Amino acid sequence: MQFKTPAPPHTRLDNDVTRVMAEVLIALVPGIAAMTWYFGWGVPITLLLAITTAVATEALALWLRGRPPKATLMDLSALVTATLFTLTVPPTLPWWLSVLGMVFAIGVVKQLFGGLGYNPFNPAMAAYVFLLISYPVSLTAWPPIQELAPHPLHLMDYLGVIFGGHPPGGLTWDAVTMATPLGEMRTQLGMDHMISEIRQSPLWGDYGGRGWEWIANWYLLGGLWLLFRKAISWRIPASMLGGLLVMAGLFWMMDPESHPFPAFHLFSGGAMLGAFFIATDPVTAATTPKGQLIYGLLIGVLVFVIRTWGGYPDAVAFSVLLMNMAAPTIDQYTRPRVFGTHAREAGHED
Amino acid sequence: MSVHRYPQPSGRSRRLWRFHGGVHLPDRKALSNTRPPLRAELPGRLILPLQQHIGEAAEPLVKAGDRVLKGQLIGRPRSYVSAALHAPTSGRVTAIEDHPVPHPSGLSAPCILIEPDGEERWAELPEPMPDFGTRDPAEIRERIRWAGIVGLGGAAFPASVKLNPGRPIHTLILNGAECEPYITCDDLLMRGRPEAILEGIPILLHLTGAERCLIGIEDNKPEAIRALYEAARGDERIEVVRIPTLYPSGGEKQLIYVLTGKEVPSNGLPADIGMVCHNVGTAAAIADAVLRGRPLISRLVTVTGGGVAQPGNFEALIGTPVADLIRQAGGYTGRGDRLVLGGPMMGFALSDDGIPLHKAGNCLLLPTPEEAPDPGSALACIRCGRCAEACPVNLLPQQLYWFARAKDLDRVQDFNLFDCIECACCAQVCPSHIPLVQYYRYAKTEIWERERERRQAEHARRRHEARQARLERLERERQARLRKKKAALAKPPAKGDDPRKAAIEAAKRRAAEKRAALAAQGKTPRNTENLTPAQRRQVEAAEARRAAAAGSDTQE
Ligand code: SF4
Ligand code: SF4
Repeated sequence: MQFKTPAPPHTRLDNDVTRVMAEVLIALVPGIAAMTWYFGWGVPITLLLAITTAVATEALALWLRGRPPKATLMDLSALVTATLFTLTVPPTLPWWLSVLGMVFAIGVVKQLFGGLGYNPFNPAMAAYVFLLISYPVSLTAWPPIQELAPHPLHLMDYLGVIFGGHPPGGLTWDAVTMATPLGEMRTQLGMDHMISEIRQSPLWGDYGGRGWEWIANWYLLGGLWLLFRKAISWRIPASMLGGLLVMAGLFWMMDPESHPFPAFHLFSGGAMLGAFFIATDPVTAATTPKGQLIYGLLIGVLVFVIRTWGGYPDAVAFSVLLMNMAAPTIDQYTRPRVFGTHAREAGHED
Repeated sequence: MSVHRYPQPSGRSRRLWRFHGGVHLPDRKALSNTRPPLRAELPGRLILPLQQHIGEAAEPLVKAGDRVLKGQLIGRPRSYVSAALHAPTSGRVTAIEDHPVPHPSGLSAPCILIEPDGEERWAELPEPMPDFGTRDPAEIRERIRWAGIVGLGGAAFPASVKLNPGRPIHTLILNGAECEPYITCDDLLMRGRPEAILEGIPILLHLTGAERCLIGIEDNKPEAIRALYEAARGDERIEVVRIPTLYPSGGEKQLIYVLTGKEVPSNGLPADIGMVCHNVGTAAAIADAVLRGRPLISRLVTVTGGGVAQPGNFEALIGTPVADLIRQAGGYTGRGDRLVLGGPMMGFALSDDGIPLHKAGNCLLLPTPEEAPDPGSALACIRCGRCAEACPVNLLPQQLYWFARAKDLDRVQDFNLFDCIECACCAQVCPSHIPLVQYYRYAKTEIWERERERRQAEHARRRHEARQARLERLERERQARLRKKKAALAKPPAKGDDPRKAAIEAAKRRAAEKRAALAAQGKTPRNTENLTPAQRRQVEAAEARRAAAAGSDTQE
């Protein structure tokens, strides 16, 4: 009798990429819901736009490269990119910028480098930074959270903003946007105001930006679930948040009036999302255990440095991209000790 | 990697060490270990590959038409690392010819084909050695060598060679871990014949000079642990150690680490740290050879998986066609779509059931598509690092894969390719379903191939140089003769001048001859000289692992 001869192992495999990506998407659901809760319809509209464009671009790119599109589309990675992008940009982003961003992310950053697994940069972050540099105004114009908004944006308003490019009912852009907590902090500190004064602003919540702190909590929850499912390792989130916390803590202790309380850094901008969902992107992160610790730590430090002394209020995207570049080198110098090399006495932790 | 305490059959707990990575797998052993092993029927013909072991093939001692008796030596080891072969039953040699053998690439190799006569008449066997304790170890090793015993855990390394480590040994390790799912032949041997294993231990201790013996058994085999524990009571040299079930605890280096916390050096052997490791089945076979004068002609083999009707274990003659064994296990259910020799992790798929059971064949596995679904085509590596987390050797499988794929044979060695034990943990956890081990095997083969070519080229270069030197010498001699002749013709030699010249000439000639002779001897090429014995052993061992088929957890 004849048999086929597949490669080992001859077992049911534990994982597949689709499942990994699906888990990430599920873990993002609370965060998406929170964003929608605080910012309204702009979030799901942008999400839909981004997903549609991402999938279409991926299909087109695969077709152009002569690859069977089905298996790759099924891996859900384009959906993850689209979702991360959506959660990073303002919900008022004009439709064509979402489209442009996704075409850039999938078409250029991902597929031009050979598709999933070959891209040196995180596609969502690369697209965000690309847009931020090219269209700084649109990318920094955030509406306030709904409860703080003098003119909350409803479904039709958002449709008008996103597809029509103009604020509703004769309002000016200034009337519908407001500084983000991180932006406000920057501006105020730039004017030499004291933290205690700045904290009077309604933008502040209990420990982070109002609303933002809760969004961050939901990201944290999703992230912990991923940890629990062993979908990601603890190393990058822990070291990144740790790095940010230590930096923020040190400076806060030295001068609490010109450096915000460390929790503010963790819970006001993209830190939580970044730590659990962006920095952990396997394709572009460091892969060795020690390397991941260094990689995360440096991202955390960079986030603080750029936020404090750099030209942009938030810094997760920049920090991640910078460290993406360093990842191969980090891997190179942090190879684990192979069993049986420089054999030491037993019982020592490696 | 860390140390922890673990409860033992004695009721106390013991320090054990935990290696990096590894995977938990559903063990599926209950499928085949619920009934005692059956004696397999005498097949219509036996196919005995001359090479069933690591090293050189055996040299046949019979020819077509010869009658052979059960236990008769029919193939003798061709060199030190080789193994003898015996007729598993009495009958007639029908042919010595190429036949498909158990090998990942499905190749054919020389086999002795025997048609049994059903009489089971024994050849005269050598005398038992109950007094082995007073005999010279060399004599006992010779017996083991005669018996054709190789590592029965899957690696098939000649046991007599392994029992001659040439270094002081303090600990003997018996491998009863049987960490691969499905396989239960060692389990049933330990349960059914613990005394046979224990008979082997004093022999092994005597041969190696070790003072103690540790028997490592995974805790998913409580009956086996109990049986050996009870049987070993009273011999304080022996300790039966219950270890956690974690694949691949039965890998030689992994087991040694789990039990002792000592790492066998990369490129090294257990003997380098004073240990020798044998499979429990090998110990029993050694007892049979030394105490009863019996050669290795049969073994326990597990036939299992949803693809066979009545999974179980069989005491089968070496050389029994696989199809015969499956028929005795109730035949095909029609649901299995692959036939694996060895366990699901390290075994390889056979394309045909006409091949014979060989000495290292511990398991025939026929998983159904539910048990082992087709993973589909591989996706790109997403660099998730799960493979690195699962690797028991602490390698970076994704990097190895990357360099193997890019055919970067130097870099792949930099990343310790040759420390890879091909356990397939990495492939098991890879979400992109990349057949990682296949890439590593490929890279190893390429590297050996390259080495071989290099050696050959070097050899050719030396030969060429030697020839060149010889021709030059001949030419010089001719010239010299010519000169002499001329000189003789011209005028009588000037006194005092010529003898000196001649002496210098002669000395020069001698030196050149010496050089040429050295080159002509072809002193082994430089790059093999540069290989340390450990490296050479490693290359051999790895080559063998693959050739030896049935690769199982217990890499003897
Ligand atoms: S497990 Fe597979 S996908 Fe993940 S890093 Fe390893 S080879 Fe790549
Ligand atoms: S097959 Fe090799 S690389 Fe993969 S886990 Fe086993 S030892 Fe590590």
